[in-house]
Amino acid sequence: MKYIDEYRDGDIAAKIGQRIAAEVDPARRYSFMEFCGGHTHAISRYGIAGLLPTNVRMIHGPGCPVCVLPIGRIDLALSLALERNVIVCTYGDTMRVPASGGMSLIKAKARGGDIRMVYSASDALRIAADNPEREVVFFAIGFETTTPPTALAIREAAARKLGNFSVLCCHVLTPAAITHILESPEVRQYGTVPIDGFVGPAHVSIVIGSDPYVHFAQTYRKPVVIAGFEPLDVMQAILMLVRQVNDGRYVVENEFARAVTAGGNLTAQALMDQVFELRDSFEWRGLGEVPSSALRIRERYAQFDAERRYALAYRAVADNKACDCGAILRGVKQPADCKIFGTVCTPENPVGSCMVSSEGACAAHYSYGRFKDIALVAA
Amino acid sequence: MCLAIPVRIVEVLPDQQAIIELSGLRKEISTALIDSVAVGDYVILHVGYAIGKLDTAEALRTLAMFGELAAATEPGTIQ
Repeated sequence: MKYIDEYRDGDIAAKIGQRIAAEVDPARRYSFMEFCGGHTHAISRYGIAGLLPTNVRMIHGPGCPVCVLPIGRIDLALSLALERNVIVCTYGDTMRVPASGGMSLIKAKARGGDIRMVYSASDALRIAADNPEREVVFFAIGFETTTPPTALAIREAAARKLGNFSVLCCHVLTPAAITHILESPEVRQYGTVPIDGFVGPAHVSIVIGSDPYVHFAQTYRKPVVIAGFEPLDVMQAILMLVRQVNDGRYVVENEFARAVTAGGNLTAQALMDQVFELRDSFEWRGLGEVPSSALRIRERYAQFDAERRYALAYRAVADNKACDCGAILRGVKQPADCKIFGTVCTPENPVGSCMVSSEGACAAHYSYGRFKDIALVAA
Repeated sequence: MCLAIPVRIVEVLPDQQAIIELSGLRKEISTALIDSVAVGDYVILHVGYAIGKLDTAEALRTLAMFGELAAATEPGTIQ
């Protein structure tokens, strides 16, 4: 596939690895957080950690919308499907996320809930148009990448007067989450999670641009390198971060210049602003309540807001006690540190959200990373 | 979740729709989130919507940067 395969060349990756090894200061350690699940997946799938010198460590961030979706939000979608006989449409990623009482959307579907997996927000609109006698709710999750399509769907529903369509909005914002991590006690006070810089979001940045990261790069003195999701992009970004750390710089650099500009996609931003406004606070799995970190639907589109329409009240639900997803999402623990990793909790039967999406730190480590710790035995 | 891929526009349709091609697969997508689109453009496709254009000149520049880096680390070259 053009513009993908060229960025997966193993020989060049090895050479960038040699360059990183040549440039790191052996006397210090480098810890970089890759915010996005897309990067976490690439690092595990392509064995990037194995190409890095031992004093360069990657910390997985909370940038997986499925992983940070709290139980209480899934419970809301479940109640619509099971108690109100609503057709709930959702992206495939959310189907297996564990909810209260051992439930999930896919189990609710097995119990007769009308839950439909869609590829696109426009598919949910089509289902609403095809079923005028039923109410249809689109359970919308995702970062800024996925928010503009939801905004378009709401605007189109208003234009077509689709009175049976509404959206349960769970869209969250990237810069707020990164700031929250930098403000967390683990990073600020205890130093248990040293972060020397960030591999910045790829597709989120296509929409919001590279400018929103400038403020916290300067405020928190942390370098940010925006990178694509292919392995060479990630390797190059790590090299650029090492160079910034060595030079004592903390600026925003853009490795993903083929798709990201400083200002981002202004059309998409205007559309999001027209349809959504900031929530005061929103619960993230692992991070807790994070101020100004999510969007809700504006008053003018109130009739398409499932929370208003069905008078839904959010109730926070604690995660399974055995599950370490919270600490893993904050970068405090690694997947293998969790005592139920790979035994009770697997991608086929996930207990925690990090094991659900292929971009989750646990699922990525389960699928690829754990094998490198297993000794080879000659046949 | 933020999965998106570069795809080539092969046909521009009315109502901000377009047909894309990827490894022999053709699919109708929405181009309502980008300002302009022409046949031959590469766009980044996410959940059925083009969320941005791919700058092919920048793509080549990034590849050239990897290439220079690879050449610079060949054994025996002056670094």
